[in-house]
Amino acid sequence: MTRILRLAVLSAGAVLVLFPFLFMLSTSLKPQSEVFSAGLSLIPSHWAIVENYGKAFTRIPMARILLNGVVVCASIVAFQIVFALPAAYALAKLRFRGRELYAAARITGLLNTLAVLVVPFTLSVFAIFLFRQFIKAIPDDLILAARSDGLSEAAIVWRIILPNAWPAASAFAIFSVVAHWNDLYWPLIAISKTQLATPPLGLLFFRAAEAGDDYGALMAATVVITMPLILFFLFAQRLFIEGMTMTGLKG
Amino acid sequence: MSEPAIHLRGIAKSFGQTRVLEGIDLAVAPGEFIALVGPSGCGKSTLLRIAAGLEAPDEGQVMLAGRDVTAMRAADRDMAMVFQSYALYPHLSARQNMALPLVMRRLSSTERLPFAGLLPGVRDKLATIRAEIEAAAGMLKITPLLERKPAHMSGGQRQRVALGRALVRHPSAFLMDEPLSNLDAALRVHMRSEIVDLHRRAGVVTLYVTHDQEEALGMADRVAVMLGGRILQVASPDTIYRDPAHIEVASFIGSPRINLLPAVIAADGQARVAGHAMAGHIAAPTGDEVRLGIRPEHLSLSPQPGPRRLPVRLDRIEFLGAEALVHCRAVGITDVLIARMAPSAAEALRPHTTLHAEADDARLLVFARGGTRVARVLASRRTAIHAE
Repeated sequence: MTRILRLAVLSAGAVLVLFPFLFMLSTSLKPQSEVFSAGLSLIPSHWAIVENYGKAFTRIPMARILLNGVVVCASIVAFQIVFALPAAYALAKLRFRGRELYAAARITGLLNTLAVLVVPFTLSVFAIFLFRQFIKAIPDDLILAARSDGLSEAAIVWRIILPNAWPAASAFAIFSVVAHWNDLYWPLIAISKTQLATPPLGLLFFRAAEAGDDYGALMAATVVITMPLILFFLFAQRLFIEGMTMTGLKG
Repeated sequence: MSEPAIHLRGIAKSFGQTRVLEGIDLAVAPGEFIALVGPSGCGKSTLLRIAAGLEAPDEGQVMLAGRDVTAMRAADRDMAMVFQSYALYPHLSARQNMALPLVMRRLSSTERLPFAGLLPGVRDKLATIRAEIEAAAGMLKITPLLERKPAHMSGGQRQRVALGRALVRHPSAFLMDEPLSNLDAALRVHMRSEIVDLHRRAGVVTLYVTHDQEEALGMADRVAVMLGGRILQVASPDTIYRDPAHIEVASFIGSPRINLLPAVIAADGQARVAGHAMAGHIAAPTGDEVRLGIRPEHLSLSPQPGPRRLPVRLDRIEFLGAEALVHCRAVGITDVLIARMAPSAAEALRPHTTLHAEADDARLLVFARGGTRVARVLASRRTAIHAE
């Protein structure tokens, strides 16, 4: 009985969350006349797939824009890991002066200010924190063994810590990719050429190019741009959940 | 005499306000196997890490073969460490685990790049490393495990691979930190003799940290007993047991624990326990309070009273197969007295009867109030006199 109830609640939640996506998908299949019709139906009476998706791919350089998104996100993740992992290792395992500043920031309440909403996304303090928690769980003996085996601190980070922090790294990659794939504001400020647009910005350009009322085509473009992220998430979901539970961040 | 292989001189170390090591002096001869034994928290693991270069001492020096290496990093000291947790790299196979220290030592950073193995010079080095791993694996009988990752090995197998990783380097010293503590009892006893055998064949000086006195006595050439951050005595296992320098050594080593009876030196020079004379010929002034240490196997029980016999009440008899432990209580003494004897001898005894306990006078140990040994003036003068 409780099972059924639980299932019902979960299903209701899922419908609520999924509905905008469904609506987006449905609109991307409808001809313009049907988009503005009074009745609300998810299944179009006339199909306009080819027309809408054709526009989505021809009016803007869609392939190029998707590629931009992949390049930008992959680079961000790679650099964030390259910078965050040694920092996290130092915080988790090394003793040095100034180490306490990290704890001090936590105690003084800096973490609950607006500043902290900003800082994690500039320097990826989030990544450092995530990795630090993870690295703390790696036994000290392993690092001592590595030192007596002749590994330098840098070699320890790349040869020992990184392979063992893989779940955390993949979890972080998902966070980062989702955030930066969807990021509109920074690309909006920094990029004016369609050729350099990231996916959300490309969508904006598409809207501008399309007089703005061809919702069928707009939704088709949105579907195309959202799909890679959904596929990526489904693919990496297992790793993601594993990484979360392993870092103790399970919510 | 040749230079000590490892010489720890005046080592002191504190963590914050806590003093964990104080005035440690230890010289290990080349090829020697020394066990550092003590209860947990006595500082033995910290001392080992200082020797390894994984921890820096606050005071004192670490000398390797006459060279001061106190400031040298662990990697350059060329000592191999074996950990209680084995500390195998989880993402690498046994072969890769054993190869890593050799690769890090023998290949330059450019030679370690991917595909550098295709260069002839590097290929030769890697072939040598391969051969050495095969040899060490054969010696430890882990050849079938070489391609396995640590997660797919049993505790004993991991232990062997960890030993292999240390052995393959041909280090100047083995430093072992409770290497057998995570194994089950039967395997532990088996691995003891394997490690001793390995030490004998490799001939490499070994510092072995353990809290298990049986391991220490059974494996080491010499045993260093540590308590409260100090080394109380360094001696052969036999001397440590038979001739402890301090009451703490006497009570830490030996199972069941040595019987310690509070006694007072009477005017006739005899030590009296609860009014009964137990031992004579003690080099201490009249009225001094001392403690008599009697190992359970040196305490005999007899139905007849007599001189130097302490009346006790038999509490219970513990049969342990090859031997029996007889628990007794004496009036005026809080601790239980334990006598070790053959089961056949114990069978004749009945619980809750009164017996008379007598110490083997030649093996009786006398400790002053502070814990140091008090000399005995024996008529035969056979036994060496110990005083501190």
